[in-house]
Amino acid sequence: MSVKVDSLTKIYGSQRAIDSISFEVKSGEIVGFLGPNGAGKSTTMKIISCFTLPTSGNAFVNGIDILTDPVEIRRNIGYLPEHNPLYEDMYIREYLLFIAQLHKISGSYSKRVSEMIELTGLTPERHKKIQELSKGFKQRVGIAQALIHNPDVLLLDEPTSGLDPNQVVDIRKLIVDIGKTKTVILSSHIMQEVQAMCNRVIIINEGKIVADDKTESLVAKTDKGILIQVEFKKAIKRADLNKLKGLIHAENQQGKWLLKLNHIKSREFVFEFAVQTGNTILEMSPIRENLEQVFQQITNTKQ
Amino acid sequence: MFAIYLKEINNFFSSIIAYVVIIVFLVANGVFLWLLPESNIFDFGYASLDQLFELAPWVFMFLVPAITMRSFAEERKSGTLEIILSKPVSDIQIILGKYFANLSLVLFALLPSLVYFFSVYQMASPVGNMDIGGTWGSYLGLFFLGAVYVSIGLLASSLSDNQIISFILALFICFFFYSLLDMLRGLLLISPIDPFLEYLSINTHYISMSRGVIDSRDMIYFISFSALFLFLSRLIMEKRKW
Repeated sequence: MSVKVDSLTKIYGSQRAIDSISFEVKSGEIVGFLGPNGAGKSTTMKIISCFTLPTSGNAFVNGIDILTDPVEIRRNIGYLPEHNPLYEDMYIREYLLFIAQLHKISGSYSKRVSEMIELTGLTPERHKKIQELSKGFKQRVGIAQALIHNPDVLLLDEPTSGLDPNQVVDIRKLIVDIGKTKTVILSSHIMQEVQAMCNRVIIINEGKIVADDKTESLVAKTDKGILIQVEFKKAIKRADLNKLKGLIHAENQQGKWLLKLNHIKSREFVFEFAVQTGNTILEMSPIRENLEQVFQQITNTKQ
Repeated sequence: MFAIYLKEINNFFSSIIAYVVIIVFLVANGVFLWLLPESNIFDFGYASLDQLFELAPWVFMFLVPAITMRSFAEERKSGTLEIILSKPVSDIQIILGKYFANLSLVLFALLPSLVYFFSVYQMASPVGNMDIGGTWGSYLGLFFLGAVYVSIGLLASSLSDNQIISFILALFICFFFYSLLDMLRGLLLISPIDPFLEYLSINTHYISMSRGVIDSRDMIYFISFSALFLFLSRLIMEKRKW
């Protein structure tokens, strides 16, 4: 079951939200849609889920055209919109039953709702109203609603935004489990998130696809050196750092040094450097490269 | 469509909306019919519900927009519209589901007022000496008038994601077609479009039905007028795609 997007363009007023993007996602793939806010991730998802129409171009789900049979496409799609809108004054069961009825799923609605509540870990909260739930549990209700009809294609728009770290881990695990048998497209603006869940990444910026590659190869491409933060016991001068092998760039941040090294193995040179200069390392921690840097690197390599 | 209908009905009755609507309709009409001097039935002296049927369209003019205003405005604001629109239902099914749910609530508000009918029927001398046909005709007319109000309310609700604007807009459109149109006709006196304006006015058909004659022209008017506003709502909903 695949999703195919063919030179899709969407113009809001004078703004090009997405600008002739094309890609194809096959069954069993979890694809991360990565980009800063306003890059066009949500717009693309809204078009695939037949909520809005593209200005030009076309998209296909299982070979069905979004322009000709949107209702049939919605039957095969599970969609979690951005901000996870829910009917706050409904009970969890009531809400999921309503969604099951909308899908006219085969078999017993009540049984399927119970299954979903168990699968998404909502069991301890199952008698509550949606408005009484914490954000993490609300997100689970949103995912349950997207999965209840066992769709072939899942569209998840920022599924982990606003969750605490424990909840993020839980939801990620859930998505990876589900993704083994389905086509999943999820959006995020966090690199690590996509790295943790997806086997392929599509990076989109200002409505255009700037990279579309396997996660490992993309990481390898951008992995030019490593950024670490080091705190020395004794203050050191910038000139001393010339002795440090493999150093690309150094920056003093309120007593701590931000060091850019050419390779992950160069970290041991930092330790040797400290020994040579009679200094002690109090702290050494890797700094995750943010999306901006990844973007810069990717767009640079393209030019 | 049935799922949407059921959800809306549940929403009305699990919150206090439905009970407030039913009670307010009953009390507002009851006060005029039984209590207030001049308008009450004892001073009036005839066994008829004319006072009720004169007042009810005005009560509905406020109540119906109040129940329909949230239909689309709230869903759009909270984003849940995106949820139901990503399900395998068409726009028209969503609109009709909501329409019939709101219309059912109008019907539920009307039903208890049959107690008034029964009371007046018993008080007539001799018992039952009242215009039964006219009363049933009026009830049917009131139901169809409610049906048009509901479709106007849904259109207003689809126009804005602000519920207050939806309410005021619906109130005004209802007022326009029920009353203002007749006033304008008086202002224009005899104009070539007068028969057309007369046909457009809800009041014309409401009064016609209250005579107890079920005329197919009135039925066609009410049904096609509702359909028109529902169709417009559908056009507004389509707009999201562009």
